[in-house]
Amino acid sequence: MDPATAETLAGAMETRPEMPPPLRPDDTSAPLRDRILAVVALYPEPRSALIPALRLAQEEYGWLSTEAFEQVADATGFTPALCKSVASFYDMFRLHPAGAHEICVCTNISCALVGAGETLREFSRELGIEPGSTTADGRFTLRTVECYGGCGWGPVVSVDERYHEPFGPDRVKPLLDELRGESQ
Amino acid sequence: MSDTRRILLDFDGDRRDAHSYEQAGGYQSLRTALGMEAGDVVSLVDTSGLRGRGGAGFPTGRKASFLPKGRTPAYLCVNADESEPGTFKDREIMLRNPHALIEGILIMSYAMSATSAFIYIRGEYRTEFEVLKRALEEAHSRGYVGRNVLGSGYDATIVLHRGAGAYICGEETALLTSLEGERGQPRSKPPFPAVAGLYAAPTLVNNVETLASIPYIVEMGGEAYAAIGTERSKGTRVFSLSGNVKRPGNYELPLTSTLRDLIEGKGGGAPDGRTIKAIIPGGSSTPLLMPDQLDTGIDYESIAAAGSMAGSGAVVVIDDRTCMVQLALRVAQFYRHESCGKCTPCREGTKWGVDIIQRIEEGTAGQHDLDLLLNVCDRILGKCLCPLGDAMAMPVASYVTHFRDEFQRHIDEGGCPFVAQSPISSLYHDTSGVPA
Repeated sequence: MDPATAETLAGAMETRPEMPPPLRPDDTSAPLRDRILAVVALYPEPRSALIPALRLAQEEYGWLSTEAFEQVADATGFTPALCKSVASFYDMFRLHPAGAHEICVCTNISCALVGAGETLREFSRELGIEPGSTTADGRFTLRTVECYGGCGWGPVVSVDERYHEPFGPDRVKPLLDELRGESQ
Repeated sequence: MSDTRRILLDFDGDRRDAHSYEQAGGYQSLRTALGMEAGDVVSLVDTSGLRGRGGAGFPTGRKASFLPKGRTPAYLCVNADESEPGTFKDREIMLRNPHALIEGILIMSYAMSATSAFIYIRGEYRTEFEVLKRALEEAHSRGYVGRNVLGSGYDATIVLHRGAGAYICGEETALLTSLEGERGQPRSKPPFPAVAGLYAAPTLVNNVETLASIPYIVEMGGEAYAAIGTERSKGTRVFSLSGNVKRPGNYELPLTSTLRDLIEGKGGGAPDGRTIKAIIPGGSSTPLLMPDQLDTGIDYESIAAAGSMAGSGAVVVIDDRTCMVQLALRVAQFYRHESCGKCTPCREGTKWGVDIIQRIEEGTAGQHDLDLLLNVCDRILGKCLCPLGDAMAMPVASYVTHFRDEFQRHIDEGGCPFVAQSPISSLYHDTSGVPA
């Protein structure tokens, strides 16, 4: 890392607010259909529950398969085609199976100015895959993403929807070692 | 350094739990507002001069006054879909001061007689969603949210709604379309949301920072808030400072401050003795300002007079290592990725923009390509339903205007002369010997 970037990343460490620990995950013991119906009840009009319902289905199956769309459609009353059309618009919905861990590297301008490209290359090298693909063992998906809203504390890396900031290339290997240890 | 007064983030650590927020006087403004006539609360916000902190800078009180009186249902939608590149202030407000947002929502809901309020938070902000979820549960158990708020007879419902990743949903009509469960495409205006918004009902859409400022405005009074700032830009604002500075972060400053106060005073200037090459003053969609404009005020009018826009308050500093063609390419790629495809000039123009800039960076561009690029930008500007296409056209045109010689060198020398020094190079060139 060049000295200017190193100085910026050190400054970011001082200004970044402390992130609270994750909340306990929601109870998922009830059938998916019941959980979707509970969300539908929150809105004045049921259509507003479509995106939350798609999220619940993705959390259940890891991605949105034809069967997942059928289930969302059955519970919400929309057609599977409409559900798929809506899902395809949004970046966070997965239309294909993904790895057990999803690693997202922000490459938008603020992160790029402080070396996100080097962090991305290091992930690519360590995992042996190009961004946008999944390792052969199904453990990791690597993606580039657009601005995640951590611009002053970049480069921003999000692992399974949790932010890690600032994330220089030196943090890549320790993170992967930790994730590999967890899933063994 | 000018006045360092802060209002919204005037504390260390956080006030995530309701108790610490109450200890600091929190939820007193809600009591005050519930004791007033709803219309008087709108007038108070109007008097304060508060302007929308999301990007457009429209006066908040006036926006609320556009709602037709007495029509039900009516909705308040909170725009927590912060996604203009460079902007990360709403995230810090939600993380450190979530109850200020909730109290602001309650006061505004009461003022506009909202049937219910929806917080549309971007899907990627999972931790922030959890903070708000917990804060809402606390507010509910303490009687601030729910039926008969604090014995006033007013019922307040707040629904927390997660988006799923689409920049365009920060545009208010796209946000409403998305909240209705559809692809987040903008709508034609008029009708404006105040007349036909969510479910075609009167709807007010306000940004997180805007609403979180309201409890403080009620507490201090509209006149006192209006006394901070300039003639037309009142109060304090949280600026997101990023890019090549020593201390990036969010800084709340009165609107009488200058870019120099923020970038040098707060951010320590460029790192490692570098010099500032250019400044993005209001998020990635805004035209560049140059280092000789550092003494420009950070209020809406001063930045506009200097040739750019205050936008979302996101200031990105670019130092002398950076290749402006690479930066233009990155900006254009972003807007191309996020174009919803509804309007032809944006859908086609952002693609053309990316293709031309890519040719310039790769060294395959012809002499006519720079003018073609400016021509494409010109054919997007002002020709679409929403400003997304403009958000590519305006900055890209300004990069070419200010750094035409750099773009020309790429064409003349058949490629990028700055690969070795530019921090963005690693996205576009093999800079490390790592196999691609």
